[in-house]
Amino acid sequence: MQIINEEKIFADKIDEEIKIEPKDWMPDQYRKTLIRQISQHAHSEIVGMLPEANWITRAPTLRRKATLIAKVQDEAGHGLYLYSAAETLNISRDEMLKQLHSGKAKYSSIFNYPTLTWADMGAIGWLVDGAAIMNQVPLCRCSYGPYARAMIRICKEESFHQRQGFEILLTLSKGSKAQKQMAQDAINRWWWPSIMMFGPNDDASPHSKQSMEWKIKRFSNDELRQKFIDVCAEQVKILGLVLPDEKLKWNEETKHYDFGEINWEEFRNVVNGNGPCNKERLEARVKAHEDGAWVRDAAAAYSEKRKSREQKAVA
Amino acid sequence: MSNHDWPLWEIFIRSKNGLDHKHAGSLHATDAQMAIENARDVYTRRMEGVSIWVVESKYIHASNPDESSSLYDPANDKPYRHPTFYELPDELKNM
Repeated sequence: MQIINEEKIFADKIDEEIKIEPKDWMPDQYRKTLIRQISQHAHSEIVGMLPEANWITRAPTLRRKATLIAKVQDEAGHGLYLYSAAETLNISRDEMLKQLHSGKAKYSSIFNYPTLTWADMGAIGWLVDGAAIMNQVPLCRCSYGPYARAMIRICKEESFHQRQGFEILLTLSKGSKAQKQMAQDAINRWWWPSIMMFGPNDDASPHSKQSMEWKIKRFSNDELRQKFIDVCAEQVKILGLVLPDEKLKWNEETKHYDFGEINWEEFRNVVNGNGPCNKERLEARVKAHEDGAWVRDAAAAYSEKRKSREQKAVA
Repeated sequence: MSNHDWPLWEIFIRSKNGLDHKHAGSLHATDAQMAIENARDVYTRRMEGVSIWVVESKYIHASNPDESSSLYDPANDKPYRHPTFYELPDELKNM
């Protein structure tokens, strides 16, 4: 009787757009879905620092270097907001890190592609962060309060990421022939993985339906992908470059761009750990965590010392 | 002391003088000093604050959402606490 009542209260809140907060009753599956999604999202922010950190030391100017460092620092911050949001669902930070480092937890496949040239910093900012923003803006209205609040903060900050990326590409596109070619090459390599970021087609997406009912998700994968393609197909014109899809064409009837077939086999391969950089990324992450152990130990020791000093002062 | 022993802290930020401190989020730190320094990096990278409060999460006592109907019940039938409850003529000005 009690459970039925709680389920109804929960369902009514979802219907009435009242946010669910950490101490409220929620179905186990709702909790599990959120833990999976928020922790994966947090891991993506953290792993996402790696491909870009690769270029900090080789940024072409001091301005580019400062902005890239700020961007990578933001990604760390975003990871922390999201880990905190996930922790409100009764999973510890330690447990989440263990899942990431053991390879049990997934993170966005996009970060398993290599960053080969400086232009990749531009393409990542424009396309990868652009796709992320498209996904994330509706999450600001997600039914779970702490996740929605974290996303509001993140979306505010992401917009600089996308603009700095586009600016990098714009500068290259106005540069020498080789620079323009470098920008085009980066777009060629990042375009398809970026539109795969929206996930499988709606009919092949196992968790989508339930997540939409729970108002964790507000738009389907295909809806968001189409919106992103429509936006990018226009933006690329400003760069004087092209998206690598021969079938990309404005459809007067649907008022959307038609686009070519996505290589879902590649997508599945990368998700399942066989992308170009899966192994390298995970190793780099584990190494960073292990190499940082002394910092955590030192911080803990220092805190102990400070505490005992304070106690002595009181005595 | 491994990482999971670091307590959780709730962070409150005053965005400018004259405004209340507002809950911004939470983070892990060994002690209050470190919590303030971490909060500076995590929650005020863009000048979002002029003052930071940190409170160890275990010291926050919260009302129970299951009891909210009885907890707030006493206020539920007292609309006369709102100014709009009183029916006054339109000619009455400056009130």
